[in-house]
Amino acid sequence: MAKNDLLGGSLWDQYSNKVTTLMNNPINQGEITQEECDSAGHKLIVADFGAESCGDAVRLYWEVDPANDTIVNSKFKSFGCGTAIASSDMMAELCIGKTVQQAVKITNIDVEMSLRDDPETPAVPPQKMHCSVMAYDVIKKAAGLYLGVDEASFEDEIIVCECARVSLGTLREVIKLNDLKSIEQITDYTKAGGFCKSCIKPGGHEAREYYLVDILADVRREMDVEKMQASADAGLQGDFETMTLVQKIKAIDAAIDESVRQFLIMDGGNVEIIDVKDSPEYIDIYIRYLGACNGCASSSTGTLYAIEATLKEKLSNKIRVLPI
Amino acid sequence: MQVYLDNNATTMVDPAVTEAMIPFFSEIYGNPNSLHRFGTASHPAITKAINQMYKAIGANDKDDIVFTSCATEANNWVLQSVWIDKILHGEKNHIVTTEIEHPSVLSTCKFLEDMGVKVTYLPVNDQGIVEAHTVRAFITEKTALVSIMWANNETGMIFPIQEIGEICKEKGVLFHTDGVQAVGKIPVNMQEVHVDFMSMSAHKFHGPKGIGALYIKNSQKLTPMLHGGDQMGGRRSGTLNVPYIVGMGLAAQLATTNIEEKMESIRVKRDRLEDALLGSLSDVFTVGDRNNRTPNTILISIRGVEGEGMLWDLNNALIGASTGSACASEDLEANSVMLAIGADNELAHTGIRLSLSRFTTDEEIDYVIERFESAVKRLRAISSSYAIVQPTAGGATLACHIHH
Repeated sequence: MAKNDLLGGSLWDQYSNKVTTLMNNPINQGEITQEECDSAGHKLIVADFGAESCGDAVRLYWEVDPANDTIVNSKFKSFGCGTAIASSDMMAELCIGKTVQQAVKITNIDVEMSLRDDPETPAVPPQKMHCSVMAYDVIKKAAGLYLGVDEASFEDEIIVCECARVSLGTLREVIKLNDLKSIEQITDYTKAGGFCKSCIKPGGHEAREYYLVDILADVRREMDVEKMQASADAGLQGDFETMTLVQKIKAIDAAIDESVRQFLIMDGGNVEIIDVKDSPEYIDIYIRYLGACNGCASSSTGTLYAIEATLKEKLSNKIRVLPI
Repeated sequence: MQVYLDNNATTMVDPAVTEAMIPFFSEIYGNPNSLHRFGTASHPAITKAINQMYKAIGANDKDDIVFTSCATEANNWVLQSVWIDKILHGEKNHIVTTEIEHPSVLSTCKFLEDMGVKVTYLPVNDQGIVEAHTVRAFITEKTALVSIMWANNETGMIFPIQEIGEICKEKGVLFHTDGVQAVGKIPVNMQEVHVDFMSMSAHKFHGPKGIGALYIKNSQKLTPMLHGGDQMGGRRSGTLNVPYIVGMGLAAQLATTNIEEKMESIRVKRDRLEDALLGSLSDVFTVGDRNNRTPNTILISIRGVEGEGMLWDLNNALIGASTGSACASEDLEANSVMLAIGADNELAHTGIRLSLSRFTTDEEIDYVIERFESAVKRLRAISSSYAIVQPTAGGATLACHIHH
């Protein structure tokens, strides 16, 4: 929220001139009949995507020359808003002249880019980006029908955000590399979730297989596990102040083992850690002397200073050692 | 010609109302709470506006009508303060409302659910209303409040407020009604119904935006939401918005005087428009029985024509209409009322609301009939629903399931 968000702004005013023009007079609107294709020796492919009950439906027609798999003509029919009609029209336009194998590489982003008046300004407002996604889906469907393969075979990765075409792999990598902690950050870094918002969490415009909230939670959990493992592996190397209680005790033990305990044992004594208490200013380590140390004059002076100095140096300046 | 048929979203301020407001900006501008003559100069006009409001809805002198900034404030006030009074500081824990209330009721109910309140959202029948016996069935010992609109903004359907009021009275449960779409459109008389609280909004009956009111029966307890200088008898603090109070009072008077005549004049135009569209277009239907609808409203579904696409073409023809609540017209969802009515899912995205006012003319209706039909014709020519060539084997999609 900021100044520019106070007035919602007019949805339609954010359409590019191309979107408005095609909505008012779509060029490739119409149908291709079997008879037309038969007379030219071409193959007719008709694919549907979406449904009226979803609020958007598109039917794509291809006239394909089987000699070279080239789409010689393409038309569409659409039940949808202005963006849906304009995107469908641009999609049909982009298909014409391409081979089926080339056409299947056309994405909703290509369609949206082609609808821009200038390369820097989006053709539609973010919440309307969703309408162009169907263009991509229906092309895959038509190509699957023509080539006799499952449309899913054209996807080599799992797409989480269809509007911005961001894959699961990319999202996981970006969250980890940049230590992202919120959905807003993910959107800033990848654009995922910045358009129709369906992929953010369940309950949006359409149900999704993967949601950003779950991906973020999973990756954060993995990162926590990795961090704990790393600090355990590193022993004393980790950041002492952020360690859990058990990690702290292990680290203190390790530090004492390394520099102090051998001298105590030589004198017939030892030390054990009773508790660790954190406060904003101090980390108080409660210890108990064992054996000969117990009652030794130095246990509250020299030996204590030595233990405290060692732990301060190795672990944290905030440490105070308190014998009980 | 340009035609405004979105009067359930907001209305033109009646020029007589604007004129009555003007002196209270730069001539009579004193704070009504001040002791000096500048302050008291506005008192006669405020008193007049209060009287106009009481008369417009048939309120008793023992009742309160408190001016608020809008009906959203009035709705929030009732829900949140009943929560404080009866749930936080009482034994109750339940609110009954409907699935098709205005967002200012539904969002507040969701907020109260987060606060631990149980809320029942009653479904509507195929006429788009909640029947009184349904309300009775869901009231429990723990119910603090029933909040049900008097008339729906999208369909214009009128709820059985008198019967629901009787049930609430019998059960000893507070009854709030959002009267925003009823006041000024149909007769509203608080003597004839048992209603504890009613929200109103001036801009729905040719008054200015930015002012509403809450009717409170018998001046009963309702903890204030706005604390401050104890204006409005301590019920709602904030310096009185004098010009807007004057405007709301006059607008209420103009809208409710001889309301039967005004309704009839609007109803004739509405029916002519509705009959023309139903008669000339195939595969269209309107929602709800005309006799139980506010006389200015049509919600029409046009098979094969997506609502926003239709609005676009109507806008190009300089006609302002709506696909539903203006507050929600930016989101992608299907018309929630049409879904609640149980309309065929396929039609949930095809609703267009046309709402007239007493300023709508016969010439405007003629023009809309003509342009509406040509828009439907153009969009159906593009529509996949009306395509002839069928998908290649394996190329059809199944209908999707709407989740909302």
